[in-house]
Amino acid sequence: MEYFSQDRAPILEALEKMKRARLVPFDVPGHKRGRGNPELTEFLGDKCLSVDVNSMKMLDNLCHPVSVIRDAEVLAAEAFCAAHAFFMVGGTTSAVQAMVLTACKRGDKIIMPRNVHRSAINALILCGALPVYVNPQMDSRLGISLGMSVADVEQAIKDNPDAKAIFVNNPTYYGICSDIRSIVRLAHDNGMLVLADEAHGAHLYFSDKLPVAAMHVGADMAAISMHKSGGSLTQSSLLLIGENVPEGYVHQIINLTQTTSASYLLLASLDVSRRNMALRGNKIIDKIITQVEYARDEINTIGDYYAYSKELINGDSIYDFDITKLSVYTRSIGLAGIEVYDLLRDEYDIQTEFGDIANLLAYVSIGDRPKDIERLVSALAEIRRNYRQTGRKMLEAEYINPQVVCGPQEAFYGEKESLPIDETVGRVCSEFVMCYPPGIPILAPGERITEEILQYIYYAKKKGCSMTGPEDMSIKFLNVMK
Amino acid sequence: MELWYTEKHTENVNFSIKVDKQIYSGSSEFQRIDIFETREFGRIMTLDGYLMLTEKDEFIYHEMITHVAMCVHPNPKRVLVIGGGDGGTVRELTKYDCLERIDLVEIDEEVVEVSKKYLPQTACKLDDPRVHCYFEDGLKYIRRVDDEYDIIIVDSTDPFGPGEGLFTREFYGNCNKALHEDGIMVNQHESPFYDGDAEAMQRAHKRICKSFPISKVYQVHIPTYPSGHWLFGFASKKYHPVKGVDWDRWNALGLKLRYYNPALHAGSFALPNYVEEMLRDVES
Repeated sequence: MEYFSQDRAPILEALEKMKRARLVPFDVPGHKRGRGNPELTEFLGDKCLSVDVNSMKMLDNLCHPVSVIRDAEVLAAEAFCAAHAFFMVGGTTSAVQAMVLTACKRGDKIIMPRNVHRSAINALILCGALPVYVNPQMDSRLGISLGMSVADVEQAIKDNPDAKAIFVNNPTYYGICSDIRSIVRLAHDNGMLVLADEAHGAHLYFSDKLPVAAMHVGADMAAISMHKSGGSLTQSSLLLIGENVPEGYVHQIINLTQTTSASYLLLASLDVSRRNMALRGNKIIDKIITQVEYARDEINTIGDYYAYSKELINGDSIYDFDITKLSVYTRSIGLAGIEVYDLLRDEYDIQTEFGDIANLLAYVSIGDRPKDIERLVSALAEIRRNYRQTGRKMLEAEYINPQVVCGPQEAFYGEKESLPIDETVGRVCSEFVMCYPPGIPILAPGERITEEILQYIYYAKKKGCSMTGPEDMSIKFLNVMK
Repeated sequence: MELWYTEKHTENVNFSIKVDKQIYSGSSEFQRIDIFETREFGRIMTLDGYLMLTEKDEFIYHEMITHVAMCVHPNPKRVLVIGGGDGGTVRELTKYDCLERIDLVEIDEEVVEVSKKYLPQTACKLDDPRVHCYFEDGLKYIRRVDDEYDIIIVDSTDPFGPGEGLFTREFYGNCNKALHEDGIMVNQHESPFYDGDAEAMQRAHKRICKSFPISKVYQVHIPTYPSGHWLFGFASKKYHPVKGVDWDRWNALGLKLRYYNPALHAGSFALPNYVEEMLRDVES
């Protein structure tokens, strides 16, 4: 096979060539380069519609890539130090599910921290694997869950020597990393795979000022949200695999659920973004770090707010911190993170990534300008001046150890009934309840409902968190096992 | 040979001035700066291609952005100008002996340098000993200031480009904080005429109303700005812009101006019905 260097973009180049060929399209999509849908073309632009095309000989096919998609994947694998990279068009959710489905069959155990994204537990419903939860340590002041302690992982391995894989967030939404290097060593010593959720870690591969990236320390698979810190279009992601994972089998797993009409807009965006990060990622990240460090210092001088960083590092559950993340603790001004989030949007026209009970997360990236950072900092100063409250009772967030009664698949598909939420204490939940974002489950299928969990749900609802998961979208009723 | 400078006032309206020659062109960290010599308007300055001032009509803008607040405030001592790197607003302020300190915060030092070199008509008073220039983002500067000024004049460019942050609620709120308890803020308020400008005008008014107990708008006629019909905002913690103003005190100063006078001041707060309606729409 011909070797391409990182300054090439095979899919982009093929699309350009396709445009020049001026083909007469008697294939899907039916809009025919936009001509059949002028309103959409007016809205998105004809450049965009002209490359919204179907698989064809000169463009390869994501279900069975042999030419330009294959070449682009090889380049991505090289850029991310992986044995192979798969382009994913179903979001990082599809990459996480492909990892779990590759590693586990029905009845297999998988060790994971409780603060996994819903997509990981959803994968357990699909394949029937059983979760072994490791307590992600909690920072009681910030109210956020952290990384896994290596000793806890070691204990989980000892208790479940038959587990097939260990799942690691690298980093969490808030930027917190476990000691993934030691976890990989432990896992491999015990014949287990390491699956890394790097939905918030695409940039880790391109700077030595950041926590280590999973594939750089020998993880077996990693799900990478290129559309977050990598700059590609929403819904495009990468799945990376190491030498010990059979590429053909992973491919089969991906094709179980992946569309056969993958969007070339998404594929081209992955290709272009990989090239950009490979060629210029280091500089881009330096710029982001400078901006975030500046914002953090400015926010911390406003008073009360706490924009945290590396000082949190404790050598274990906070083994490292991703300094490109701008997380701000807001409860010290008497407001929940979600309340500050709402004020920023409604009163100051600033949309941040999310607010939880105690923190606000502003996503800073490749596209931010210094004047936008000034606006964010100034708006936070104004919110403190105008909306600060004292003496409000705020709920202490604590880790609620899940009582797993049965596996997620058994609970989800088992005989169930719908009960008013107040009457569910003691029953086994058969669906998810989560605060979104960050989309980390409060209850997962197969877990016992406790009074403490209900209190947390009521409080988060009251503060305006968006609660999702249950069949009853108003969350007045919950499905429980009979 | 004919050389024309053209600004798009809307997608469908062009405004052109015949250019005699280009005097200066350069790019700063923030924007492109051009100075042209024209027969009709004298020297003109454009930023990123947008017309900022002409020597012929700048007096209207600079007198009206300055003297209204200076007349209303009974005892101004410290004034802050944000933007205004051409120096025209500062020139008007230096006419008042009562002022002890004039701070100018301009994000783009190049604008000041270029103005000093090519636009002495406006930049002539930037070296007055009472004037202190700070070259930084206005939003950043104001964040650190508390109870410091009698008057703040927001002499900004448009709500896109480098001046973007000066049309935000966080900026107006911080200005309130930086003013004394009887302080006044005057701002460049865009135009009510063309849709795009009108939306920016309404957004600015809505945000100022949320930050100041008194928020009024006055109008002025600037021939070279889109539609010629331009607005300034008058936001205040205590003083009404017309009622209770001590006109005699101002008249006694004996300033010789070309546009501003107290009768015009009072009259400029009377607005056309359609403008009143646009303002009312965002006041509730």
